[in-house]
Amino acid sequence: MVDRRPALTVLSHLVMVLGVLIVAFPLYLAFIASTHRPEEIVQLPMPLIPGDYFWETYKAALFGRDTGAGSHAPVARMMWISLVSALVIALGKITISLLSAFAIVYFRFPFKKLVFWMIFITLMLPVEVRILPTYQVLSDLNMLNSYAGLTVPLIASATATFLFRQFFMSVPDELVEAARMDGASPMRFFFDVLLPLSGTAMAALFVIQFIYGWNQYLWPLLATTTEDMYPVVIGIKRMIGGGDAQNEWNIVMATALLAMLPPAIVVVAMQKWFVRGLVDTEK
Amino acid sequence: MASEKRVQFKSSWLPWALIAPQMAVILVFFFWPAGQALLQSLQQQDAFGTSTEWVGLENFQRLFTDPGYLDTFKTTAMFSILVAALGITLSLLLAVFADRVVKGVTAYRTLLILPYAVAPAVAGVLWVFMFSPALGVVAYWLGKLGVDWNHLLNGGQAMTLVVLAAVWKQISYNFLFFVAGLQSIPKSLIEAASIDGAGPWRRFWSIQLPLLSPTTFFLLVMNVVYAFFDTFGIIDAATQGGPGKDTSILVYRVYYDGFKAMDLGGSAAQSVVLMFIVVVLTVFQFRYVEKKVNY
Repeated sequence: MVDRRPALTVLSHLVMVLGVLIVAFPLYLAFIASTHRPEEIVQLPMPLIPGDYFWETYKAALFGRDTGAGSHAPVARMMWISLVSALVIALGKITISLLSAFAIVYFRFPFKKLVFWMIFITLMLPVEVRILPTYQVLSDLNMLNSYAGLTVPLIASATATFLFRQFFMSVPDELVEAARMDGASPMRFFFDVLLPLSGTAMAALFVIQFIYGWNQYLWPLLATTTEDMYPVVIGIKRMIGGGDAQNEWNIVMATALLAMLPPAIVVVAMQKWFVRGLVDTEK
Repeated sequence: MASEKRVQFKSSWLPWALIAPQMAVILVFFFWPAGQALLQSLQQQDAFGTSTEWVGLENFQRLFTDPGYLDTFKTTAMFSILVAALGITLSLLLAVFADRVVKGVTAYRTLLILPYAVAPAVAGVLWVFMFSPALGVVAYWLGKLGVDWNHLLNGGQAMTLVVLAAVWKQISYNFLFFVAGLQSIPKSLIEAASIDGAGPWRRFWSIQLPLLSPTTFFLLVMNVVYAFFDTFGIIDAATQGGPGKDTSILVYRVYYDGFKAMDLGGSAAQSVVLMFIVVVLTVFQFRYVEKKVNY
């Protein structure tokens, strides 16, 4: 800090505390709601301190129960589907982008420019703009309600390919020369030299893509039609079908917290890579 | 495309094998459907999908003479402007104060980036819960203040609700970029201004804000993209585009017309319009943003 202004420092903390309180309030309220009985929540105003119904709520949410309106599918199953999808999407994106970037940077082949542009153009074709035809392709291929359907269409990644391409461009040429002189094959060079160097970039990308995969909504909404293949983000939406009074809000809020727990853990635990990944991928 | 590597490997088949997985996915799930959307936008199918006929630009004509669709444009514009303006202002405010704080900055940052981890649809559910006219705490407080809150009936209130939820989710992102932008401003500039007698207020307006303009511009584009495309979950969970069509943005309408109203040609034509918008936004992003943003 350049100058000492105690009043301004106090004000700064005040603004930050206020900001954090407002930002955290929806999460706090969700937690409070998840510790009360449904009939306590519908009373006006609902309690603002934790209740004693925590275990019952989370048990009912995770393993299912048979009261109340809306969907009752056990959340544990949905979390599993979300986890598998998010991991396959994140790792799949990293793998195929590493391979394409390797091909684009280290090989000369015909139509390379065309390939590069085709990957680039996918940036302009997010799921949102081709909803219906993509759904038709998926159903023609019999991939509805499957892990493949939930993940494969999402693992192409122009941003990840460009990120790795940029990184490979910065790797010194001497390394390739040395590898070639030692008689290493291209794949040997890839696995023994390039991969170990890409560790940080991969970690950063993993955080961003895991969250991307976990938080998918529109795609699974199209790709799944049966309850046993809902990821948790879809599941929670299906739970609030019953109108204010019939919804078991304690369970809905418990599910909301469970749904945000894995990505929140990833963001907080891998904060350094998260910030880096955010800045790198968007640049 | 930047310069090539001086040293490259030679193989006639290996590069193709390496790009094959990526190519397969983008051909099957990107280019084929996008082509289909273009085709279908020029066709009209009957309700049972048994007959298809070419109608030329009729779908587009129908779209742009439909006052409902033009309203959707207005709704989307309104929504994006509010989300971008509010989100950027609030996070800039937080970032500037965070920049002054020495102690506890990690704790503040950790809490402020949490909404990034929340899925848009979950964010929608959280905000609906707070503002639910029957049992929401905030709706109850508003009632005490004399505001009759019911976003299920009042379009303006529904818009407020989705804007707040969308801003809440995007604050983390904006905040991190502003913090990075503020940190990249050379300390010597601030010190020099300080020696010349400029107080914090003056330094903010004359140094920090102008030097943040590339970051701000970048965030403006990113926030518009976010509001256009990534808020589907928020809207679907919070208002389902309602009441009426008051919060139905372009992306929500494509989904609704294609899946609920089963209007294939109309939905495809809307997809094409959206593609055009994405192309414009992407070109904008690359031409004007990439070169000017420094970290």
